[in-house]
Amino acid sequence: MTPLLDVRHLSKHYGRQIGCADVSFDLWPGEVLGIVGESGSGKSTLLNCLAGHLAPDQGEVIFDTRAEGPKDTLTMSEPERRMLSRTDWAFVHQHARDGLRMGVSAGGNVGERLMAVGARNYGSIRSQAIDWLGRVEIGETRVDDRPTTFSGGMQQRLQIARNLVTGPRLVFMDEPTGGLDVSVQARLLDLVRGLVRDMGLSAIVVTHDIAVVRLLADRLMVMKDGHVVETGLTDQVLDDPQHAYTQLLVSSVLQV
Amino acid sequence: MCCPVLTTPSPGSAKDWLMSDYNFAYLDEQTKRMIRRAILKGLAIPGYQVPFASREMPMPYGWGTGGVQVSAATLTPDDTLKVIDQGADDTTNAVSIRSFFERTAEVATTTVTSDASVIQTRHRIPEEPLSEDQILVYQVPIPEPLRFLEPRETETRKMHALEEYGLMHVKLYEDISRHGHIATSYAYPVKIEGRYVMDPSPIPKFDNPKMNMPAIQLFGAGREQRIYALPPYTDTVSLDFEDHPFDPSKAPHPCGLCGAEDSYLDEVITDDQGGRMFVCSDTDYCETRCANGHRGTELAETAA
Repeated sequence: MTPLLDVRHLSKHYGRQIGCADVSFDLWPGEVLGIVGESGSGKSTLLNCLAGHLAPDQGEVIFDTRAEGPKDTLTMSEPERRMLSRTDWAFVHQHARDGLRMGVSAGGNVGERLMAVGARNYGSIRSQAIDWLGRVEIGETRVDDRPTTFSGGMQQRLQIARNLVTGPRLVFMDEPTGGLDVSVQARLLDLVRGLVRDMGLSAIVVTHDIAVVRLLADRLMVMKDGHVVETGLTDQVLDDPQHAYTQLLVSSVLQV
Repeated sequence: MCCPVLTTPSPGSAKDWLMSDYNFAYLDEQTKRMIRRAILKGLAIPGYQVPFASREMPMPYGWGTGGVQVSAATLTPDDTLKVIDQGADDTTNAVSIRSFFERTAEVATTTVTSDASVIQTRHRIPEEPLSEDQILVYQVPIPEPLRFLEPRETETRKMHALEEYGLMHVKLYEDISRHGHIATSYAYPVKIEGRYVMDPSPIPKFDNPKMNMPAIQLFGAGREQRIYALPPYTDTVSLDFEDHPFDPSKAPHPCGLCGAEDSYLDEVITDDQGGRMFVCSDTDYCETRCANGHRGTELAETAA
């Protein structure tokens, strides 16, 4: 079995500042990897490098493409990479506004990826959009409303629907629950967990919220100052942290 | 008189030498050369927006500075120019641009479509079919069809380069979801030769099917500094959905003056009692038909 994503020695520097340094890991089909760490630890830099939004200084990101098998996405041509990011990849932004078209109705937002890969039948685009809105618990009556009229949690769910409609195999999530209140967070996590399990998605979830990775992630990577300091199964890392920083992180969580 | 050749004036012949000998059609030869290169590139890559160094023209942006520059670079002393604005030869924009070229190029002008060799137009294609020896110059306000969907120029250029036109259909999707049909009625996006998506300038979508024509079509956007072009018989397809096909609609009336059933109509309010009439927006077409004895209902009433 080949890993879905094989990352080798990935580094990104901002001048003399380290973004992330020498990161290597495998992601297997159906697996959810959590990346935790404090602000400025390089989590988002790493995620953006993986998703092709930033060009890393060195390293390889080898994705198991449907057509041609494992291929380095960094040396791929731009059309190929953009095609991947519309079909096999999905990116869920922390702020739904970054990932949505705010001037376009919810149905249009969900339909955009379908139309981008060549769907040209209004009826089927619309029924798929309604189906996906239903899956993320947005009523059919809201299909023609703009996301500006949606609450924060609904916008985030709409963003997820918009990303998953083309049946991607790998989802990048950057703080998917950031800025939502805890009850909305809980429902969103529940929903994402269900979708990931049902669709057999692989996902990389960047967060600073231990609770999110506890619920979602199979495996965990702890980052500090651009370096990976600890990796392992989620429960193992959280229940028996070895590195001093991980111990601090786990003990900092408020117990209610 | 209008020969565009620079002859160095000798002291004795200063009277014979005129500025207009050099500056035929307002622009200097270097500028026209630059614009012609952009036009040729545009013709070579149909639908591709070629950047060019748009000049200040003696009229405000939005009045057709792009079209005027393209016309100036296209005109030769033997040409006959026709200028229309929304189909009409007698509106401010058309009259002032026509007199501009009468003064700066001293070319013959006409209002008869078939007599013209260069036709500058704002927002219409003439009803009368054009021929291979004619050039149609469009005035374009916003050349980028994706502009209102994607404000970043860097991103829209990339989308054109990579043929990522899904977003254009999002606009049509939004139309249908809001109005039940594709409500875009002008500047209706077209795909050129299966490659570039192009804004046909704000012509009514009724004119879209005419774009596959024998004449050369040139598009000039002065403020946005873009020129694009369609060679004769270029394949242009108006974008649509399988279950909502393109419909080049017009007002369902005959012309009130000439009775034409096949021309694009303007609605004219005639009084404040709700009275209205529909007339051809192409004035030359309408007048020619009237002169040939065609009579619409409104004209018959006034005559009687």
